[in-house]
Amino acid sequence: MSDGFIELRNIRKVFAGVVALDAMSLVIKPGEIHCLAGENGSGKSTVIKIMSGVYRPDGGEILIDGKPIAAMTPIEAIAHGVQVIYQDFSLFGNLTVAENLAMNVHLGEKRRLMNWRRTRAIAREAVDRLGVELDLDAEVASLPTAGKQLVAIARALMSDARLIIMDEPTTALTRKEVETLFRIVRDIQARGIAILFVSHKMREMLEISERITVIRNGRKVAEGPTGDFDEALITRHMTGGDILNEPYAWTPPPGPPPVPRLEIRGLTVPGKCEDLSLAIRPGEIVGLSGLLGSGRTDLALALFGMVPGYKGEILIDGAPVRLRTTQEAIAAGIAYVPEDRLTEGLFLPQSIKRNMLATSYERLAPKLVIDRSQAEEMTQGMVRAMQIATPTAEKPVMQLSGGNQQRVVLARWLLTDARVLILNGPTVGVDVGSKAEIHAKIRELAQHHGLAVLMISDDVLELVQNCNRIVLMHRGCFIEDLPAAAVTEETVSDRLKTFT
Amino acid sequence: MALLRRSETVIAGILLLAMVLIGTINPAFWQLDNLFSLMRSNVIIGIMAMGVLLVLISGGIDVSFPAFAVAAMYLTIKGMLALGYNGVVLPLLAATLMGLAFGAVNGFFVYKFRMIPLIVTLGTSAMVRGFLLGVVGTSMININKMPTALIDFARTDVVSVTKADGTTYGLTAMVLIYLGLALAMHLVLRYTMIGRSAYALGGDPEAARRAGFDLRKTIFFIYCVAGALAGFAGLLHSGMIWLANPRDFVGLELDVIAAVVLGGASIFGGRGSVLGTMLGVFMLVMVKNSLIIMRVDTTWQLVVVGLIVIAATALSAWRDRRRAA
Ligand SMILES: Nc1ncnc2c1ncn2[C@@H]1O[C@H](COP(=O)(O)OP(=O)(O)OP(=O)(O)O)[C@@H](O)[C@H]1O
Ligand SMILES: [Mg+2]
Repeated sequence: MSDGFIELRNIRKVFAGVVALDAMSLVIKPGEIHCLAGENGSGKSTVIKIMSGVYRPDGGEILIDGKPIAAMTPIEAIAHGVQVIYQDFSLFGNLTVAENLAMNVHLGEKRRLMNWRRTRAIAREAVDRLGVELDLDAEVASLPTAGKQLVAIARALMSDARLIIMDEPTTALTRKEVETLFRIVRDIQARGIAILFVSHKMREMLEISERITVIRNGRKVAEGPTGDFDEALITRHMTGGDILNEPYAWTPPPGPPPVPRLEIRGLTVPGKCEDLSLAIRPGEIVGLSGLLGSGRTDLALALFGMVPGYKGEILIDGAPVRLRTTQEAIAAGIAYVPEDRLTEGLFLPQSIKRNMLATSYERLAPKLVIDRSQAEEMTQGMVRAMQIATPTAEKPVMQLSGGNQQRVVLARWLLTDARVLILNGPTVGVDVGSKAEIHAKIRELAQHHGLAVLMISDDVLELVQNCNRIVLMHRGCFIEDLPAAAVTEETVSDRLKTFT
Repeated sequence: MALLRRSETVIAGILLLAMVLIGTINPAFWQLDNLFSLMRSNVIIGIMAMGVLLVLISGGIDVSFPAFAVAAMYLTIKGMLALGYNGVVLPLLAATLMGLAFGAVNGFFVYKFRMIPLIVTLGTSAMVRGFLLGVVGTSMININKMPTALIDFARTDVVSVTKADGTTYGLTAMVLIYLGLALAMHLVLRYTMIGRSAYALGGDPEAARRAGFDLRKTIFFIYCVAGALAGFAGLLHSGMIWLANPRDFVGLELDVIAAVVLGGASIFGGRGSVLGTMLGVFMLVMVKNSLIIMRVDTTWQLVVVGLIVIAATALSAWRDRRRAA
């Protein structure tokens, strides 16, 4: 009847009253590259967890090779060749790369003993297969995000997989790494392995996949060969509407040039970045791009008081400040939305409200007692303004989808009355619909509240569309400072490609 | 370089430093009989520490093992007296099994109800102690009633030396049992999947579940082994001190946890080694022993042990944060 390797039929999943999936159907054919598109909170991650046996559906059927599976468990899913690379990678930070890689093989073979030599051999093979350099003896916790992801991908590739599911695999990768990943994806497809790919980057989806399923509010709304789709169509299916995007224009006010909101003079972080000078005036949105390791994050951290040993000057509204702690940075009016929201930004088990108010408590409680009604008002306003999909602000952040978590982080900083907003990958893992909303919010803050915004991103299009200037960074130095009106996505990408 | 980065090397360095320091203050420290007696004091704490190490690695904590140890010990000896049995192997086995059964209760609550291990083990600890004193008895069993076979067994020496004044002293053979168990624990942790699953569970429970580890097995194994080691150590202890006291081991959990953390195990789970733990145990015993020799009051000894726990935990937290950065 069906020629699918794995098929979901009318799957339903309810979390404490929230319907995450409702009559969701999905067919993945053997050896195909399939993309799952949908807005934040539409249920993509939940679909994956059902396919991999992590969640048990409340209704519907799972079929593998046309045969229904009574109760899918993680072990059974793995035995059937379903491998998942999770958004959080699901690695053991306290163990070495080698052991992380070999773990599933050992478990699959139901070993009782640990053979370290074989562990290394397995790991070596996995890494070679991926065609990357990884120190097998390094502890995974010590690797950068991109490195952790490589380990997770290498691990999934090595089992006798028939389907590899990747939940937003490219969010933390640079363009170059994405190309490597795609090369690998095509390579494993050539071996007859199917790939299910979740991404918010339309272009990537259209580039890599053969078939696309679009999901909205826990239901399949469209399905077909990739050739039948384009960006606008996917967007329409995802959101039920169209999205317009105009570039951001900033014109200096008449009269003498205003004092820069943020100015850095000769900022140096030993070994990371050198002699950086930059001025951002009120209302400006300055984009910053560069390869991973170019020093862009170090600059951001220095501005947020996390690198007390920096040299050089930082001025806010013309007044020199010394930023040795994050408290000093916040007091100086700087807000920082980190790259890795999961480990740097959020207290996952805590409620949305608490997470949002985390940096505002001092303001809310001038005399040690929190003004509850004001706190309530502020959170409610933000939940609405940021359109966070939740019935209540008391829900733990953990239970939100990835994109909604990102909105909570943003909301927190918007509440601090910051004058300088530093965004590191502000829309990583955020769908097109919410991306547009977040961008609109950022523009509004710059335009109407006079914030200076420094937007760090790998997504060149995002910078071109939302910044009035783009600064390119390489090996710790500013290479170029381009007016956004004079560049296109292509010219900037091409320029970035020349950095190696 | 790799050797220098290992926490065991650092701990060994600190230990050596402490030994030199103590040796300078009190030259008698380096005398063979003092060293022998130090090693003897390592045995019971060391065996229990192996269990606590396993629990800490898995991300849990166990404060019930002293209660289990005393219950297993007292019940076994009471049983031996009641039956008139005088042996070594069977009683040790019985005490071990009793500890194991108590440990299984911990495992049950931790696994089944996903309860915080601290609360579970606080609860079982109080219950077991209460039951022992309330139902079984409060009276000490002295040397005159203690089973002789146990005492003779615990009195075995590996080497013995005769001093100039004719008195003899030796190194107890119980050290070999401790070393044997430590070696076994090392092998389990390093070369078995169940050992690795403890590290995995302590590293990231969610990832461990997804990877397909049988966490029920792992958790039961961990708490059963910790209980079994406590039961075994409890009975061995009574043989070594010729006394079965149902109020023994009060406050020992602090010492043992201090020793394990001192040995580099992370209080957050996922990290720790047998070698480090053995060094930690040695350090703790040595410090306490020196405090006694220096006639420091027992209350002040408590302060020192508390300080050690806090300092060692702070240090390991600092280390883990640096690693993650
Ligand atoms: N463990 C949970 N408990 C309660 N609600 C949950 C849980 N996991 C997911 N949900 C809810 O189910 C819905 C679907 O979430 P899911 O994570 O599948 O979305 P997603 O499509 O992956 O979104 P994103 O693109 O933001 O990652 C959301 O409304 C989310 O809040
Ligand atoms: Mg998701």
